Amino acid sequence: MHLIVVGLSHKTAPVEIREKLAVPDSRLGEAVSRLCTYPGVKEGVLLSTCNRVEAYAVVDEVESGYGSIQEFLADTHLALSSEQLTPHLYCHTGDRAIAHLFRVAASLDSMIIGESQILGQLKDAFETALGHKTTGVIMNKVVKKAISVAKRVRTETKISEMAVSVSYAAVELAKKIFSNLEEKTVLLVGAGEMAKLAARHLIAQGVHHVRITTRTPQHAIDLAAKFGGVPVPFDQFKDEMASADIVLVSTGAAHYLVGAEDVHRAVKERMNRPMFLIDISVPRNIDPAVRYVDNAFLFDIDDLKHRVEQNRAERVQEAEKAERMIAEEVVSLLEWMKSLEVTPTIVALRSRVDEIKQAEVDKVLGRLAHLSPQDRELVEGLASSIVNKLIHRTMVTLKTEVNSSSGPAFVEAARRFFHLDRPPSSDQRVDRVAEQPPCLRHEAGELEHAERTPEPSITKRAN
Amino acid sequence: MAAIFVMMTMGLYFVATVSFLAYLLRRSEALSKVSLGITALGFLSHTIALVTGMVETSSSSPPSFHAALSFFSWMLILVFLVVEFRHRIHVLGSFMVPLALVSLGSAAALPETVPTLQPVFKTLWFHVTLSMLGTVGFAVAFVAGVMYLIQDSLLKSKRFNVLYSKLPALDFLDHLNQQSIVLGFPLLTLGIVTGAISAEFARGSYVTWNPEQTWALVTWLFYFVVLLGRLTVGWRAKRAAYLTVIGFACVILTLVGVLLKGHGALS
Repeated sequence: MHLIVVGLSHKTAPVEIREKLAVPDSRLGEAVSRLCTYPGVKEGVLLSTCNRVEAYAVVDEVESGYGSIQEFLADTHLALSSEQLTPHLYCHTGDRAIAHLFRVAASLDSMIIGESQILGQLKDAFETALGHKTTGVIMNKVVKKAISVAKRVRTETKISEMAVSVSYAAVELAKKIFSNLEEKTVLLVGAGEMAKLAARHLIAQGVHHVRITTRTPQHAIDLAAKFGGVPVPFDQFKDEMASADIVLVSTGAAHYLVGAEDVHRAVKERMNRPMFLIDISVPRNIDPAVRYVDNAFLFDIDDLKHRVEQNRAERVQEAEKAERMIAEEVVSLLEWMKSLEVTPTIVALRSRVDEIKQAEVDKVLGRLAHLSPQDRELVEGLASSIVNKLIHRTMVTLKTEVNSSSGPAFVEAARRFFHLDRPPSSDQRVDRVAEQPPCLRHEAGELEHAERTPEPSITKRAN
Repeated sequence: MAAIFVMMTMGLYFVATVSFLAYLLRRSEALSKVSLGITALGFLSHTIALVTGMVETSSSSPPSFHAALSFFSWMLILVFLVVEFRHRIHVLGSFMVPLALVSLGSAAALPETVPTLQPVFKTLWFHVTLSMLGTVGFAVAFVAGVMYLIQDSLLKSKRFNVLYSKLPALDFLDHLNQQSIVLGFPLLTLGIVTGAISAEFARGSYVTWNPEQTWALVTWLFYFVVLLGRLTVGWRAKRAAYLTVIGFACVILTLVGVLLKGHGALS
């Protein structure tokens, strides 16, 4: 039994290859079922996103398994030949495969480190595989562990905390000025892509009141309908500024549309309530002298980019912490996998029962001191034969099922029935019980919750 | 008995201060829990110290300056814990706990003298308690003001450092500033009124225009203007922050005046 991953990602393959290989969600179930029909493939999970296509499988032999999966991948798209595909593929086995999955789940291998979409995608892929019954003891354990490791990375490091897109950096800054965005009003001047994106982020954060102005009145009306806002005539927007807490400017104008004097007046009219101005236009549309106006906070595109750079650097630092966590988790999972091998299990079972037998025999013989040596041998023989008969079927089953897909399940069962995982501290056993499917459902709920943060869903488009 | 708990409280607040300051400078959030735990322990020990202190001194004796400062420090921590519990602003501890430590420390440095002022009336208790509660409000406003000014300058100069990431949003700090004054001002007013009444009983006149009384009135007037300005002409945000920082300096001056003049006695 070997865990193996074969696939390609944004790091190894251009988009022309990735898009051909990508499996649409609707066909994922059929594809993963097909994966398991290839010779030597016992269990499989297929992960397909716009940045990676990876097949995780439990195979009998690494060499033949690799061949099978490669063949499977080449077969998924008619226009792809093995020769085209092979140079882009990577293959990891054993601990490296586990580490790879953990890194993918924790978003360390993503194009944008720390983005949280991938975890949801992995969860979906796993659920599809579960639905098509292509997973077994090993895959279930490994993927569930990957999901929990990813969650641990996310809660214990700051890897996905900081904004890494310019438009989201604007939201992050807004939150340092206004603790509650819900009652705030946004004035969108011009309709640059990035400003629209920032506005969408702000609306996702609860901003209710949106005012929009563009040079072309019809454009403003269209946008207002789209954002659920109010269009404002372009020549009147300066009068609206006082009622806006957040002003997002991005027009194609070649000069300053908003001067320091305008902002000064607006702030005064607002009775000194802070005002947040974002200028995403190049050339700039807000006079930089606005920074000298008290209670007005102006940020231009470079400020936002600078913030993003800082955040990226911090994410990379946090990623190092995450790598250490993953290394630990891989070791613990490997120990579990090792316990699933048949030979050590049989040896452990043998010595366990021998131990019990010897202890019981010694106890009885202690009380029967008057027995002759022959009688003693008889008692010992009796004990041995009972024990041997009891474990005989278990031994035979383990040996015959070793190569079947349910082999690991038998080994796991035997280890639990005979209490072989020693030293099993009692909490370890509790852990294992707790990691059964109900726990997964629980995790799924939390994951969905985590996905609801708006940044990841829009980040893709932004970058 | 009380003295032991006071020492213990001081020790705990000191450790909490160090830990909260370290929290301020480090990116990790882990220290916040430790700091909070130590502060809560210190608060518990402080409460015991105050209660045993009250039991030990006879209830007929007037409040000493020492006790008032200790009570002030206790109130600061209480307010911090309440705000922390409601809003989870750990960084507030980095400012409030040192302030509480300083005030408790100066309380401990003072001799526990019993004021010589005679006769003493029950109103003196009201006076001290109310004035102290008002002062706690101004202290919180001061802390909020300082935090506001720091965050404001970080945002203006676009320095997104650790402090920036830890300090809360500007409007939260402004709101905290406003709430503290809105609560503190009426309390101080009542404190001054009861003080005047007890002075009238003790000396036969409401106001004697000694320096600390004058300062107390100046302080009162100052906060009155600050509050009025906020409600009418929009003295909020940065200006309010500056004003409350200055106002608190007035408060400290008043207290120092009381201290220098009375050897612990209260006017």
